[in-house]
Amino acid sequence: MSFAVARAVAWRTLHNVFTHPSLLIPSLIFPLFFFTAFAGGLSRVRDVPGFDFPLGYTAFQFAFVVLQSAAFGGVFTGFGIARDFESGFARRLMLAAPNRAGIVLGYGAAALIRWLFTVAVVTGVAFAVGMKVGGSGVDLFGLYALALLLNVAALLWASGVAMRLRTMQAGPVMQMPVFLTLFFAPVYVPLSLLKGWIHAVAVVNPLTRVLEAGRGFLAGSPTDVGAAFAAALALAALFSLWAVRGLRNAESAG
Amino acid sequence: MSAFADQVFLLARRSVVRTIRQPANVVFPLVFPMLLLAVNSGGLKAETRLPGFPTKSFVAFALAVPFIQGALFATMNAGTDLARDIQTGFLSRLSLTPMRGIAVLAGQLGGVVTMGVIQATVYLSVGLAVGVRPASGALGVLVLFGFALLVSLGFGALGAFAALRTGSGEAVQSIFPAFFVFLFISSMNIPRNLIAAGWFRDLATANPVSYLIECVRSLLITGWDGQALALGFGIAAAITVVALALASWALRVRMAR
Amino acid sequence: MDAIEAEHLVREFKNGPRAVDRIDLAVRSGEIYGFLGPNGAGKSTTVHMLTTLLPPTAGTARVAGYDVVHEGPQVRMRIGAALQEAALDPLLTGREHLRLQASLQAMPRNERRARAGELLARVGLSEAADRKVGGYSGGMKRRLDLALALVHRPPVLFLDEPTTGLDIQSRTALWGEVGRLAREEGVTVFLTTQYLEEADVLADRVGIIDHGRIVAEGTPAELKAQVGRPSVEAVPADPADRKLVGEILARFGEPITSAKGVAVRLREGESDLAGIVRALDADELKVEHLQLHQPSLDDVFLAKTGRSLEGEAPEEEQSARPGLAMEPA
Repeated sequence: MSFAVARAVAWRTLHNVFTHPSLLIPSLIFPLFFFTAFAGGLSRVRDVPGFDFPLGYTAFQFAFVVLQSAAFGGVFTGFGIARDFESGFARRLMLAAPNRAGIVLGYGAAALIRWLFTVAVVTGVAFAVGMKVGGSGVDLFGLYALALLLNVAALLWASGVAMRLRTMQAGPVMQMPVFLTLFFAPVYVPLSLLKGWIHAVAVVNPLTRVLEAGRGFLAGSPTDVGAAFAAALALAALFSLWAVRGLRNAESAG
Repeated sequence: MSAFADQVFLLARRSVVRTIRQPANVVFPLVFPMLLLAVNSGGLKAETRLPGFPTKSFVAFALAVPFIQGALFATMNAGTDLARDIQTGFLSRLSLTPMRGIAVLAGQLGGVVTMGVIQATVYLSVGLAVGVRPASGALGVLVLFGFALLVSLGFGALGAFAALRTGSGEAVQSIFPAFFVFLFISSMNIPRNLIAAGWFRDLATANPVSYLIECVRSLLITGWDGQALALGFGIAAAITVVALALASWALRVRMAR
Repeated sequence: MDAIEAEHLVREFKNGPRAVDRIDLAVRSGEIYGFLGPNGAGKSTTVHMLTTLLPPTAGTARVAGYDVVHEGPQVRMRIGAALQEAALDPLLTGREHLRLQASLQAMPRNERRARAGELLARVGLSEAADRKVGGYSGGMKRRLDLALALVHRPPVLFLDEPTTGLDIQSRTALWGEVGRLAREEGVTVFLTTQYLEEADVLADRVGIIDHGRIVAEGTPAELKAQVGRPSVEAVPADPADRKLVGEILARFGEPITSAKGVAVRLREGESDLAGIVRALDADELKVEHLQLHQPSLDDVFLAKTGRSLEGEAPEEEQSARPGLAMEPA
């Protein structure tokens, strides 16, 4: 029964996204834009003494952009949830769905499919501009698996906020922490080249492990894979509690 | 005070008060550029080790960006506010009064410029607090404020033009990503001569935003660089003149309806 | 078994008064129950609790035989609801809404298309079915909302102020459809409204709610009978005859206030009217206006709460009533 609800909710979200360019394009443009601005504009960073990523700056940034697109894909779906609460449409869903967990599941499935579309485009563009990959297909799959967990975690975070605040004004509250977590990881240079306060922040940032492992997968020399998956899973588990409590909060607020 | 000046002052004050009463419109243009500054100056500090990088302090290098970014935010806010005036009929009400149309535009832009100067003060204070010492000295800071004023005026007029032409706040907001493209495809994060990818360097060179950033940057890290100042002020003045002309024309068209 | 039962139902909001204060309800299967009250009386809060959207602070309620707190999924499968704000997705078409609703309700795939078509025709939206809802008028949205509530053939239907903001034509059409649902399909309808006429025309029984409490309940006729007898008001053609007309009317009942003329509460009821006309005629008194006032649900509301529910009550009646100010929204 909750599967039927999930499928209906996912259909509606995806139908809206794929038939309205204004909803589809931002989630597609942002990663491509970051990829262009960073991989293109900052490629000289590979010449900084101590930069040791073997595949060049395009692949180095590709790993970040894949993770960033996953996280923002989840947040954009969170915007949709907030919009549904603000317009009252969520109430319609809550009323129709015998099992309300299916609603969250449906939004989650939609976020995932939406991200898969984005990442397919980003990957296509990366290979088209000559990105080199050291790892095998299995390794590449490792990077995508990490990103997928991040997509789920970000969606659960954003949906938890959306269900608590139930207004589009909550957009920055969903987006800003994700943005900061992403950018307080070693985005531009490897962790070893960060100095000072940003190094201290990056070391404790769970996303650092995910990003470094993702780059390891691309280079064909995966490192700290266990820790990275553990960090991503922990984020997803933590935010699933946050989202479920958010759902209870929305239910008790009517 | 002449009636015209009085009208402009009243409308400028309304524009500032209105901005201040929407905390998101005040906080976001102040906080977001500072966050981006923190993120980039931390993450890209290693760039200073590249041969030919013009300074040892990446914060000083990156501090130029908020000045331009803040102006972009202010543009959008001003444009959205003016579009709201059109949507709510406030502009039509003004056009029924003896007030001269140009006072509406001047008042709105007066508000934008005031906010621009307030933002510039905050950015510079943060820079000074983290140890940036402008290479051009106190006089340079004055020039910097003059430049911030000019850029706010120019971009504010662009926002006003968009609002007057479309009459829709959403349409004005939708231009925002385009401004971001201009910002990111520029010498924002790295000097142009250090951009390795030829196509990106060409785009950054063709992008007027690069010169606006480099003008501020020269005052902060180089000292008195005549070429950078001439290019920056020249481009900012050109944008301002064109945008003001477009905005006044759009205003005449709208008030004539 | 009653389709809707509630016992001592309470809902309190943080930092606010009790929105719903120990109400009891018993709505029989197939009945149209009108829940009448001014804005802010607690009507919507009650509906939200009965439809499992809002947990009660205290008390119990069962809908279609299931507890709204502990058996939410079972309740939701058996109810349809059109809430106050017809929350629709402006990006979907009417037909897409119906198919979405059908799949949310886990209706078999092969039935969805036919059911959508059938309901669109029933609410008169067949032609607009494939247009985006963003372009619908208020009345069209309400009709679509009703169709959505009916997709899974629920035995119990909740309508929260279904005709607020509708023009007379759309309102009458909606009344017709709701009446048909109850009569022909045996659907139990729980309808909230702030329109007296709506409750009067449509409801088998009416509950009047004010400040979260049910202040009166019964069929419209029973409620009106509780308030008392009809009154007659006469406006003499010549204002100088006012005293004489008043004396004649006083033979038929106790005088009550009237702004324009004279009025009495009839001793015997409507049957006195013929006698009044004869008596006036015998004394050759001409009247410009002679009107029989039947007690209305508003009189019931007035009698129970001391306030009028109708904001636009006629002036002559207002003058007869103390404390008329309508409760602010």
